Amino acid sequence: MNEVLSVAGFTAGMAALATAVMLPPGLAVAWVLARRRFPGHAALDTLVSLPLVLPPVATGLILVTVLGRRGVLGGLLERMGLEVMFTWRAVVVAMAVMGLPLLVRSARAGFEQVDRRYEQIAATLGARPSRVFFTVSLPLARRGVLAGALLGFSRALGEFGATIMVAGALPGTRTIAVAIYTYTETGQDAAAAVMLAVSAAIAFGALLASNRLTAA
Amino acid sequence: MTGEAPAPGPITLDFALRQGGFALEMRERIKARVVALFGPSGAGKTTALESIAGLRRPRRGVIRIGERTLFDAGAGVDVPCHLRRVGYVPQDLALFPHMNVRRNILYGAAAGPGGGFDHVIALLELGPLLDRGVAGLSGGERQRVALARALAASPALLLLDEPLAALDAALRSRILPYLERIRDELATPMIYVSHAEAEVRALADRVVVLDGGRVLRSGAGL
Repeated sequence: MNEVLSVAGFTAGMAALATAVMLPPGLAVAWVLARRRFPGHAALDTLVSLPLVLPPVATGLILVTVLGRRGVLGGLLERMGLEVMFTWRAVVVAMAVMGLPLLVRSARAGFEQVDRRYEQIAATLGARPSRVFFTVSLPLARRGVLAGALLGFSRALGEFGATIMVAGALPGTRTIAVAIYTYTETGQDAAAAVMLAVSAAIAFGALLASNRLTAA
Repeated sequence: MTGEAPAPGPITLDFALRQGGFALEMRERIKARVVALFGPSGAGKTTALESIAGLRRPRRGVIRIGERTLFDAGAGVDVPCHLRRVGYVPQDLALFPHMNVRRNILYGAAAGPGGGFDHVIALLELGPLLDRGVAGLSGGERQRVALARALAASPALLLLDEPLAALDAALRSRILPYLERIRDELATPMIYVSHAEAEVRALADRVVVLDGGRVLRSGAGL
């Protein structure tokens, strides 16, 4: 039981951290997709949604090639003394990448629903673009943004394929989804069932909250 | 801000722009405190205001307030909207729905130099409304809040798009004196869009008649 609690706590903590990590780039991309037209708009839209339809294991493999020792970023990070692969950091990265599309979609819809008029008038009142964003666009899009953050968080909680590729199933990096898999594989059905109940409860709550935000 | 307001510099509106099948062209250099843009709907009045505010980019030409150039296609000058100091009260007012009256009015005051917040509040008699939300305001109250918000940012030029059109006759006659006060007590020059002759007669000292994107007439009266 202790292990169930610690795995559930670790997973929820990592998912929360992943949500915090995905928010700045996610909001930036959502705003750009909602408000700007530029060459590459469709490409960016597709790229950011890719983890939704790509097999998660494939996304994981992409992350391995980027973050691995011989990867583009991996070598750089290693020289900076930052170990990523098979640590909690890899868990956060995998969760953030997998949750990002859901955050972006919902936040983008939120920004699109904001009447441009408010942003334009804020500018005529002397507000530079960053101030317009934080005082007008973001507060008026808050429902979509919050719903997106909750969806991204839920996705991060349940992430399996990408996580197992970059973080494995080590005791220190084991998430609920990975634990369910290993328990089942090793015949610990009771422990797997408890994990299942915990993950269903958290996901149910997050999804319920997200739906209430977008429905109201 | 007491006494006679200093005469403002001339406003240069010499530009052209096109959107879809509609073309707008103006070649005006106007010296007046209140300029009325008069004409039927679809004449290009709102488009003209949005070009001056920096919300639309003309294809060619020059927009200047006094000696300050806001736009000059030839010289590659296009001052961004938030640096133009052009106050704009659109027809739909666009009061920020997530802020109360005070925060709406202070929104631009924080960014503008000095800021005549207290003066504007007194001028438009908004004191009792400051802590109200904007959703519960009447049409006339909303109009005054939008005017105050634009004025509190100390604009160099104030653009008003049909400020009385949405109000019934009784309310109109109550808002008009506020507009006259703004004209007489603040040094801010105004461009006032309207298709109501009575308002134009009451407020403007210069009238530009627009139709189909062209200036038909420009003079001291209608």
